[in-house]
Amino acid sequence: MIEVERLRKWYRVHRRPPGLSAALRSLFHRTYEDVKAVEDVTFSIGAGERVGFLGPNGAGKTTTLKVLSGLLHPTEGRVAVAGFTPKERQRGFLEQITLVMGQKQQLLWDLPPSETFLLNRAIYDIPRKQYDATVAELTELLDLGPLLGKPTRQLSLGERMKCELAVALLHRPKVLFLDEPTIGLDVSMQAIVRGFVRAYNERFGATVLLTSHYMEDVAALCPRVMVIDKGRMIYDGGLPELVRRVRPDKRMLLRFSRPVERRDLDTLGSVIEHGDAEAIVQVSQSALQGAVARALSSLPLTDLTVEDPPLEDVMRDLFAQGRAA
Amino acid sequence: MTRVLRLYPQLLRTGFAEAVAYRAEFLIWMFSTNMPLVMLAIWAAAARSGPVGSYSQEGFAAYYLAALLVRLMTGAWVVWAMTMEIRQGTMGLRLLRPIHPLLQWSADNLAALPLRGVVAIPVIAILLYVGRPEMSHDWFSWMLLIPALLGAWLIYFLVQAMIGTLALRFESAASLFDAWLGFSNVLSGYLVPLDLFPGVLRQLAAVLPFRFQLSFPVELMLGRWSRAEALQLLAAQWAYALVFLLVTRLAWRSGLRHYAAYGG
Repeated sequence: MIEVERLRKWYRVHRRPPGLSAALRSLFHRTYEDVKAVEDVTFSIGAGERVGFLGPNGAGKTTTLKVLSGLLHPTEGRVAVAGFTPKERQRGFLEQITLVMGQKQQLLWDLPPSETFLLNRAIYDIPRKQYDATVAELTELLDLGPLLGKPTRQLSLGERMKCELAVALLHRPKVLFLDEPTIGLDVSMQAIVRGFVRAYNERFGATVLLTSHYMEDVAALCPRVMVIDKGRMIYDGGLPELVRRVRPDKRMLLRFSRPVERRDLDTLGSVIEHGDAEAIVQVSQSALQGAVARALSSLPLTDLTVEDPPLEDVMRDLFAQGRAA
Repeated sequence: MTRVLRLYPQLLRTGFAEAVAYRAEFLIWMFSTNMPLVMLAIWAAAARSGPVGSYSQEGFAAYYLAALLVRLMTGAWVVWAMTMEIRQGTMGLRLLRPIHPLLQWSADNLAALPLRGVVAIPVIAILLYVGRPEMSHDWFSWMLLIPALLGAWLIYFLVQAMIGTLALRFESAASLFDAWLGFSNVLSGYLVPLDLFPGVLRQLAAVLPFRFQLSFPVELMLGRWSRAEALQLLAAQWAYALVFLLVTRLAWRSGLRHYAAYGG
């Protein structure tokens, strides 16, 4: 569904030091610099896949999404989405994709969301029957009923994002580019958005490419992740494999019936947290079996859970490794 | 084309709903189009002791009321909308829809006409009361007024769109349009009727596009052209509109190649 081959996107930006004299000098002489936002990126995404696109700020995620959605022309490389070349912005292409940006909105600010719905129905030429069915379905899935008649400016951020998602999916796109769709939302609203994206993907077999700084989004939605840093792809594969590769250790979460001494935990592995009722101990994969056995036999446990390290830690270590290299 | 015709009524409905939502701001903005009334006061005073050129006091009244009417009915603001959306990064979302953004903006601008009409009706009433003897008595001129007003709006809109596309490359173009507006205010007949200009300037104004934004429809209302002349001028006006349309299309395509889609 998405094919990207040796994609490069460079920007030419004007650089100048701060201060009045620099401002005056820049009137007559400007210094430009090429910023390599995306550098030699290649990947392929199949129909119906849900892929997380991760990277620190400025890594090139949003630039890549903008190239894929046809907003930016690549400097070099080949890009195909649903059989189209995005930069040509053909109608058939635009009817099959959507881009949701958590920090930008397409809803008309002073009008109720229902007005934007009607506008998009006309723009995408959605047959009345399909439109009614889709609106009914989206209204139920996202609980939009009370929101559709209120002016957009009077909606809360979470309410607005639900309506943004609905209006972006009204034409039933086959490819969803989601750029930080849960940014600024509270935990329960994030879960609603995640659940909705998953339901849409399963119901329509749509391809989803998601960027998010909330690792929960990625962990809950994306079996596959692509990681980009400084414009270059540094990982493309399964999420569990990424965790194993970057952080081959595990975390034992221990709950006690009575407080235990720190030295009793030190024998198991590296202690990350230690409280009266619980502790977290980091253990290497090879030592895990022995550590679990020792904990069960020597500690007053009420519960023991083994987990992967948090995805945030995995990503931090991954980018730190990249920078050290 | 049939798709556009099917789609356009909804674009107009949405544009009208937006214009109504901004009704207070919109009315204030329209009332700020008061320059013709200021000029009317000045020229009416100048003509008190006798006609200036071919304009008596009543002639100036008819001219500037007609100019106000044309200005009210041909307003456009696409250059500011484009510049703002490009700078704020919301232009991207507009580009993702399978409709040319300029088509949508054109509907937004045209949809405000009924509200403009609310202000234009009293102007028409006063014009008919004060300037009736000065107005054209030929039904043919009045029939040509509709395409002439549409042509004037098209030129105003397309020039704004053409200049606005520069913002796709340079992030801002509104100041360039301000420069255009400066020339336009003088050379369109907005401030001074073109036939009061000295010789060379009058000849220059006659061939530039500015006059077709305002002076030509006003002169039609005042019956200053024969039928044959009016038809020739209408053809020239629409030829300019066509040229601006083609240049805007080229500038748009070229601008999109350089669009950096900042923001988000």
